[in-house]
Amino acid sequence: MEAKDIHQKLKDKFQDAILEFNEEVLQPYVVVAPDKTDEIAEFLRDDADLQFDYLNSVSGLDLGENLGVVYHLYSMTKKHKIVIKTEVPKEKPDVKTVSHIWRTADWHEREAYDLLGINFVNHPDLRRILLPDDWEGHPLRKDYVPQESWHGIPTTLKKEEKDDQQQ
Amino acid sequence: MEPLLKFALDLFPGLSQLPHWIFVTLVGVVAAAVLFGFTSVFALFAIWLERKVSAHMQDRLGPMEVGGWHGWAQPIADALKLLMKEDIIPENADRPLFKMAPAIVFGAALATFAVIPWSRSFIPSDLNVGLLYILSISSLGVIAILMGGWASNNKWSLYGAMRSAAQIVSYEIPISLSLITVILISGTLSMQGIVHGQEGNIFSWNIFRYLPFMFIAFVIYFIASLAEVNRTPFDLPEAESELVAGFHTEYSGMRFAFFFLAEYTNMFVVSAIATVAFLGGWLPPFEFLGFIPGPFWLFGKAIFLVFVQMWLRWTLPRLRVDQLMYTSWKVLTPFSFALIIIVSFWRVLTL
Amino acid sequence: MTNSNNFPEARYELVNPDPLKTDEYVLNMGPQHPSTHGVLRVLLKTDGEIIESATPYIGYLHRTFEKHAEYMTWPQIVPYVDRMDYLASMNNDLGYALAVEKLIGLEVNERAQYLRVIVAELNRIASHLVFLGTYGLDVGAFTPFLYAFRERERIVDLFEEISGARLLYNYIWIGGVAWDAPEGWLDRVDDFLDYFNPKIKEYNDLLSYNKIFIERTANVGVIPADLAINYGLSGPSLRGSGVKFDLRKDDPYCIYDRFEFEACVGSGLKGTVGDTWDRYFVRIQEMVESVKIIRQALKQIPDGDPKETVPKNVRVPKGEIYFRSETPRGELGYYIVSNGGKNPVRVKVRAPAFSNLSIIQAIAPGLMVADLVATLGSLDIVLGEIDR
Repeated sequence: MEAKDIHQKLKDKFQDAILEFNEEVLQPYVVVAPDKTDEIAEFLRDDADLQFDYLNSVSGLDLGENLGVVYHLYSMTKKHKIVIKTEVPKEKPDVKTVSHIWRTADWHEREAYDLLGINFVNHPDLRRILLPDDWEGHPLRKDYVPQESWHGIPTTLKKEEKDDQQQ
Repeated sequence: MEPLLKFALDLFPGLSQLPHWIFVTLVGVVAAAVLFGFTSVFALFAIWLERKVSAHMQDRLGPMEVGGWHGWAQPIADALKLLMKEDIIPENADRPLFKMAPAIVFGAALATFAVIPWSRSFIPSDLNVGLLYILSISSLGVIAILMGGWASNNKWSLYGAMRSAAQIVSYEIPISLSLITVILISGTLSMQGIVHGQEGNIFSWNIFRYLPFMFIAFVIYFIASLAEVNRTPFDLPEAESELVAGFHTEYSGMRFAFFFLAEYTNMFVVSAIATVAFLGGWLPPFEFLGFIPGPFWLFGKAIFLVFVQMWLRWTLPRLRVDQLMYTSWKVLTPFSFALIIIVSFWRVLTL
Repeated sequence: MTNSNNFPEARYELVNPDPLKTDEYVLNMGPQHPSTHGVLRVLLKTDGEIIESATPYIGYLHRTFEKHAEYMTWPQIVPYVDRMDYLASMNNDLGYALAVEKLIGLEVNERAQYLRVIVAELNRIASHLVFLGTYGLDVGAFTPFLYAFRERERIVDLFEEISGARLLYNYIWIGGVAWDAPEGWLDRVDDFLDYFNPKIKEYNDLLSYNKIFIERTANVGVIPADLAINYGLSGPSLRGSGVKFDLRKDDPYCIYDRFEFEACVGSGLKGTVGDTWDRYFVRIQEMVESVKIIRQALKQIPDGDPKETVPKNVRVPKGEIYFRSETPRGELGYYIVSNGGKNPVRVKVRAPAFSNLSIIQAIAPGLMVADLVATLGSLDIVLGEIDR
């Protein structure tokens, strides 16, 4: 199925939750509302024409004022692909989880939470995965400043050492 | 002990001056020291042999530097290194048990040497229940392994010790049963008696009698003895890739060296028992080779079996614990029972 | 014990707070363990030997690759990309270079394409050899490890000739390759293939069809196909469950559509479809297929200068792309977002071993501890790419 047909099917079913569709780029994408991601995901997986049974990856993005989540989907049976995107503000980054639809998303969403701070609502086990459990902050954000030290280990070089190194 | 005492009196007639009990104790202590020296040197040699055998099977060379010719002094260097290591005892370990475990393991292995016949006259103690003594003493090693695993205060060691205890206890049964067939043929439990029953030439050794059943008994004994010594394919208790080092994870320095020594000594002991029971002990294969002394034959045959054990270790993967139990209880034990019945029927019907 | 070094205190997870409950045994296959293939921690709750739950904890090798990538120029990222899956660095390089080239719309010189395929497939063989050796070690067979590394030494020597390094190559650049093949290198690759082909039979005799090995691995850790797809498994782990999906054939990239080869699938030959033996055997067969691909590439390779399409300044227009390639571990995906500047806005790496490892939580309950080691080994994980 072509990307615009997929978009048409989604629009027919979900009307307002489908916000945007861009097919001029290399990989066409559909932008959806963040609180409907789980229903849309279930439809994408179970509908007979779509059958998107393989989730390639869930990526988090820092878009300046908002945080974005990008889902890349593939269908093993129908062999078509689609990209689903959603955007949430930084103050309240809530996205409905899809980890109960595709179990791949379990760890990918934990990583997006860990590195960017996106809160996946209804995720069964949302805790940090790559960083230590008591780390502060979400490093992949553009405005991230590392904490001074972690358990007594300094996290950045002191200014004099940095100057020495650069000389 | 009598042949030994006679041998000593022949060498040093002056010893008859001493009171009897001092004389007997002296001869006993010297014999024990000689055997202890032998086991230590043998363990060093076996370590070197293992490294060379494994290296050549793995398409590499092994120790080559230490001592010049093919690294023969490598194990000596290793032993020195282990002696100089710090003796670490984990904080919450059970100190008395922790210290006793290696000693008991090594002691049990060493004690079996008392009844191994090296030649017609050199056998430290010709017990007339020699085989029974060996089977009982080697079971003491299990207690020491359990002690080592428990006292280390480490869940992985405990796992290894539990598995090892289960394994050794299960495999004692096929060992004893296959040795019962030997006892049926020889009619005696005494080690020298078993060897004497095989006098003749190579075809009167126990392995070639009542063909093919005694050969099967030998194979069953050999497989079960691999499990007794914790060698691959039965080395789950010290499986490196799962339990780090099993029950001797927490041991370092000389204590670890004791476990290691005990393992190689055990390998030799089970091979020596196999030699005595099945392969004719210190008897030469043919009469005309009788000028080569007995200990050479016993040692040679036992070393060959040790080599086969090493060969198997570097070739086969290891069995999982339930497969191990399955092999013992459902394969080896029924076969050994069947063998006993067949051999006894055969013997009775042809007597 | 006083902690006088200011090191972080060890922290224990209170998994079993009730001291009177003794039927559960909490065991930590810690970050240091001879067979977790890297710094991985698996928290096991067992009932004797049978596992009730296994929770993997990762992050011990996190080197913040994605954050680094946002501060570096496009060609500077290539050496960093090598270091994620350090056993198959050529394939990592290839995926990244192809992703950026697709964004730019760059055509790459033919000879460079063929050289890329040759080194990528050689690296696949090398990575599978490491898998073979370490899997044998996990199961208790010590010798295949040495044999596999003997073969791998020859591959690594070939790589040293062409790129200068033995493990982390920085060879496949955006737009082409870094160096042309030296004099006679292609003949040496051919000689290596002649030498290597009979060795596969040796491995099969020694390990694959060994009865004890089959008992350890057949019917153990069975992953049904639909569970595998749902968990995002890819590569030989997915194909071992019977799903015939190979990116080189189903979504061809580079010049893979010019070669004839088979995607190897597990068929339950020695047990059930999707057990560890299947996953192991798929990799052995893949080595044979890689040899076929390299031979065809050696026949078809044209002359030319593979460096001519390497741009001096890499300018990537605004856009984004998700590009996936088939590494020895599975589907390596690069999601690259660019806004036209010198540095990327986001480089997200979808590591195959990351999703492959997550399935352990689902299949571990019911296995024995020894089986868990075999299953973890059969997934062929490399912590470098899981943690990035």
